[in-house]
Amino acid sequence: MALVEATNTTMQFGGLKAVNDVSMHIDEGEIVALIGPNGAGKTTFFNMLTGIYKPTSGKLTFAGGSVSGKKPNEICRMGIARTFQNIRLFSNMTTLENVMVGRHTRSKAGPLQAVLRTRGFKREEAATVAEALKRLQFVGLADKANELAKNLPYGAQRRLEIARALATEPKLLLLDEPAAGMNPQESADLTRLIGRIRASGVTVLLIEHDMKVVMDIADRIYVLDFGELIAEGKPEEIQKDPKVIVAYLGMGAEAMLAQA
Amino acid sequence: MALDTLMQQMVNGITLGGMYALIALGYTLVYGIMLMINFAHSEMFMAGAYVGLFTLTGLTNPKLVGSGTVAFLTKNGIGLVLLFTIVFLIAGVAIGLLGVIIERTAYRPLRNAPRLAPLISAIGVSIFLQNAVLLWVDSKALPFPQVFPIVNIKIFGNASISTLQIFILVSVVLILIVLDTFVSKTRIGKAMRATSQDRDAAGLMGVNINTVIALAFFIGPALGAVAGIFNGMYYGTVNWNMGFLPGIKSFTAAVIGGIGNLRGAMLGGFVLGIIESLAAGFLATGYKDVVAFVILILVLIFRPGGLLGESVVEKV
Repeated sequence: MALVEATNTTMQFGGLKAVNDVSMHIDEGEIVALIGPNGAGKTTFFNMLTGIYKPTSGKLTFAGGSVSGKKPNEICRMGIARTFQNIRLFSNMTTLENVMVGRHTRSKAGPLQAVLRTRGFKREEAATVAEALKRLQFVGLADKANELAKNLPYGAQRRLEIARALATEPKLLLLDEPAAGMNPQESADLTRLIGRIRASGVTVLLIEHDMKVVMDIADRIYVLDFGELIAEGKPEEIQKDPKVIVAYLGMGAEAMLAQA
Repeated sequence: MALDTLMQQMVNGITLGGMYALIALGYTLVYGIMLMINFAHSEMFMAGAYVGLFTLTGLTNPKLVGSGTVAFLTKNGIGLVLLFTIVFLIAGVAIGLLGVIIERTAYRPLRNAPRLAPLISAIGVSIFLQNAVLLWVDSKALPFPQVFPIVNIKIFGNASISTLQIFILVSVVLILIVLDTFVSKTRIGKAMRATSQDRDAAGLMGVNINTVIALAFFIGPALGAVAGIFNGMYYGTVNWNMGFLPGIKSFTAAVIGGIGNLRGAMLGGFVLGIIESLAAGFLATGYKDVVAFVILILVLIFRPGGLLGESVVEKV
């Protein structure tokens, strides 16, 4: 059974259909890429999947349960976590604290236990720190645990966002342009990291413009253009799809392709 | 002589500043998370003083609780501790809940409205609460029963500190330490800080934003209520518009410290209280408000972000 199932999903803002009648599915254990030119509706799709927007029409389910109309924190609890196109860390908190916030739904001590410093609270606190450190180690930031997030270099901030998302123990991880602004060395590291995330049992859906990253790791690719799904398939199929080439390079490209 | 005055006004100023700090925390907590000035907060202070007054009057009324209980609660050390614990707890919880209800009914429906709308709603709540007291309680000032045993202790020349001032100061410092630890160390405190830095991202990380906002609207008004009772005990009277000036002053304190910043609100409260008392002692009592607001203007000109601007300690 598919982990994510979108059936004729539409998101309309006034007269603009940012996502128009899109159907797709993501199976457990897959790495799926969502590509398309700027403004194609990729991030809008992420926002529907994480409860920031409620789809205007259509069905959107995750692990058999409906996602539409749920609040972000409820969806997080269901097992979807994400990173952001423009990094959105809690910049005045330390690296470790950022990841600990990710543990929020997986821990439960209330203010009363905290004030009384009960044994259960201390045990949970220690477990939370240990779990958070494990995630930091996973992305290679364990030595930066006590630095403020805003003082980290750019690449490290991107990895910290991934660690924070992983700390929520998701079944599905949404990565919004994780390789943006990275040099080839960093994006190669990222590709390996995404591979390790999948190996740990997390399904990945990523938006990415870096075609090298996409072609290297994606099992399947969906292509959006002006809110509509124009292609779906394996990386090698997508690379040859004339509709995709037109969407990316314009009409002239098709003519050139025809000539060639 | 001048030194005596200085010491005396320092003691008075720190006491006053502690009350300002408690109220200022309420403004700054809500601002940090909602980016909204809760203009009804001064009424939490006022309503807290009234609830405290009624609880105290009730518990010291022989007809209600029996003369034996009253004797125990007012004459005996343990009784007094018990009495004031109950009074502060009831007022704190009642006003905390009032804050949560106000958020639910007056602010939450306007969560996505332009920022001016909740501001006006807050002013409406403030007017409503003042008039509720006028209508249902009394338009005249009510005396606050002097149950707390006040003894003046000479500390320097003619300067003295009273047991009530010590009580207020120690309580304020304890509350500030607990709150600071709560926000920086606990899971929910971290969630509050995360929410104040990026509300959407916090929600996506599984933090229930509504819970965090409700918590801010519980803690802030509860602290305001505590300050209200201190105020009633300190000045001996309570009235329907008692919240206005301390409210404005505490808002000033929050801005001086850096609005949205918890430690800033604490610092701003004490700074303002001390400066105001010194102005009252060395210039003239009538000038204390002038000096307080001149300080605000100076801070806004030279350090618009407040004394502990954004970058020093994070806002909540």
